[in-house]
Amino acid sequence: MSTEVRNLLYLITIVAFILALRFLSSPATARRGNQIGAAGMLVAIVVTFLQNEVVSYWEIAVGMVVGGAFGAVAARKVRMTAMPQMVALFNGVGGGAAALISLAEFHIRAPDPGTLKTDISASIMLSAIIGSISFAGSMIAFAKLQELIRGRPIVYPLQQATNALLFAAVLAAGIAIAAGAEQQWLIWTLLGGSALFGVLFVLPIGGADMPVVISLLNAFTGLATAATGFELENNVLIVSGMLVGASGTLLTVKMGQAMNRSIANVLFGAFGQLAPSVGATDAGATDGHVRSASADDVAVMLAYANKVVFVPGYGMAVAQAQHDVHSLAALLESRGVEVSYAIHPVAGRMPGHMNVLLAEANVPYPQLKEMDEANAEFPRTDVALVIGANDVVNPDARSNTGSPIYGMPILNVDSAQQVVVLKRSMNPGFAGIENPLFLNPKTVMLFGDAKESVDKLTAAVKSL
Amino acid sequence: MSAQLVTELTILVLAIFLGFEVISKVPTLLHTPLMSGTNAIHGIVIVGAMLVAGLGHKDTLTTIVGLIAVVLASANVVGGFVVTDRMLEMFKKREKKPVP
Repeated sequence: MSTEVRNLLYLITIVAFILALRFLSSPATARRGNQIGAAGMLVAIVVTFLQNEVVSYWEIAVGMVVGGAFGAVAARKVRMTAMPQMVALFNGVGGGAAALISLAEFHIRAPDPGTLKTDISASIMLSAIIGSISFAGSMIAFAKLQELIRGRPIVYPLQQATNALLFAAVLAAGIAIAAGAEQQWLIWTLLGGSALFGVLFVLPIGGADMPVVISLLNAFTGLATAATGFELENNVLIVSGMLVGASGTLLTVKMGQAMNRSIANVLFGAFGQLAPSVGATDAGATDGHVRSASADDVAVMLAYANKVVFVPGYGMAVAQAQHDVHSLAALLESRGVEVSYAIHPVAGRMPGHMNVLLAEANVPYPQLKEMDEANAEFPRTDVALVIGANDVVNPDARSNTGSPIYGMPILNVDSAQQVVVLKRSMNPGFAGIENPLFLNPKTVMLFGDAKESVDKLTAAVKSL
Repeated sequence: MSAQLVTELTILVLAIFLGFEVISKVPTLLHTPLMSGTNAIHGIVIVGAMLVAGLGHKDTLTTIVGLIAVVLASANVVGGFVVTDRMLEMFKKREKKPVP
């Protein structure tokens, strides 16, 4: 197959990928888009098989069967609550593949000194560094989310300085390679150093900030793929890799905005360090007291409301309560109550995580409201039912300039007639921030595990 | 600087703009599937892995590294698309039941 024919066929793949992303603009077409993308991938794989330089088929076949089987089984078995770490894992292996390709390319091409063109050696350097960071960083993100290592930020003295020094060393080895030095130890140093940097870079970032990290590492793997494209002079890799790079970057920025924090603050700030200064600033509000209610009381409020908005947070995901929440909502609907769900962009452990969990529980997606839409609805809402969400409904973000989350757009549940908060205990949320919502006279608390509380509510509404 | 490189850089820059354009139309509702869908797309690195692993005369190191790269990239491709499909399958629009 000639290069021209090959590139023409790869163009099919490129178009398929663009369509896949384009179809993601609506839930009605998204699934078909993904299938088109998969078909495009198949085309690329077949075309690559038919290339003249590809002769050892069995190695590829064995690799594909092993890797594919692992991927298929893992993807089939994973629970929807564990989706973020699964995405991190698949992202990491992609980055790892890019790094290994650069190692092999360097090894194959370097023995004859001076044969490596600068653009090729520079691409090898980039895909080695970025791919390796993405691989190691994703594995740490996976381990944190899977709770194999502790999710809290891991900090130690001179952390930033150590990381900066390590990165400088990696960069120096990289520049040497790009400049034409062709010693084998350089590429090993580059890969090892970058991997170590990836580990140290993600360790100090707290579990709640992992969505931003995963999104960023997703962009990294995209970039590594594009660099591999330059290395192999292959357009389909360049375009596809860069599409992913752009997408990951945009998502990362959007999430930063949703939390009103700069990306630099998320990556280097270790959020917990801000917390101690809080609390004192809003002393007035803490004079109020918390009202707790029984499930029966809340059931009456819900059953006789005209409009109820559910506000799910990570607490709902942890308790696996999404199916129970949907049963309660369906029961209320059957009684003529108007039901919808207000989803904050950073609720959960991944952007849009709540949407996926609720979709899994068969909640029809038109009921899932984005933040702006939901905020417009709260004033005519009778009851806002907050299930395991905390920081995303904290009014301090609007009014308390001393709060670390000040300025973060929130769901204005306090503009509803009544607010019910389902919460395990009065312990503050992950950032250790007080939440004046709980002290608001409109608010009643229903303490307990989210799933048990929702089940109790369902039973109580049924018995009315 | 070769003509090839200039063409590649042109394609790269166009892809960046195209990426931003297409992604900005994806609603927040679908951000998790977007992340896992793009995750599957960068599995295209499998093409590179196949080119390395498929080479005829290669030493032990290249053989092993190429094989591992194919394994990793295949896991990325298959896992990425399957997970995304599983998610998107769940997003259903239901006709609103008449209120009794």
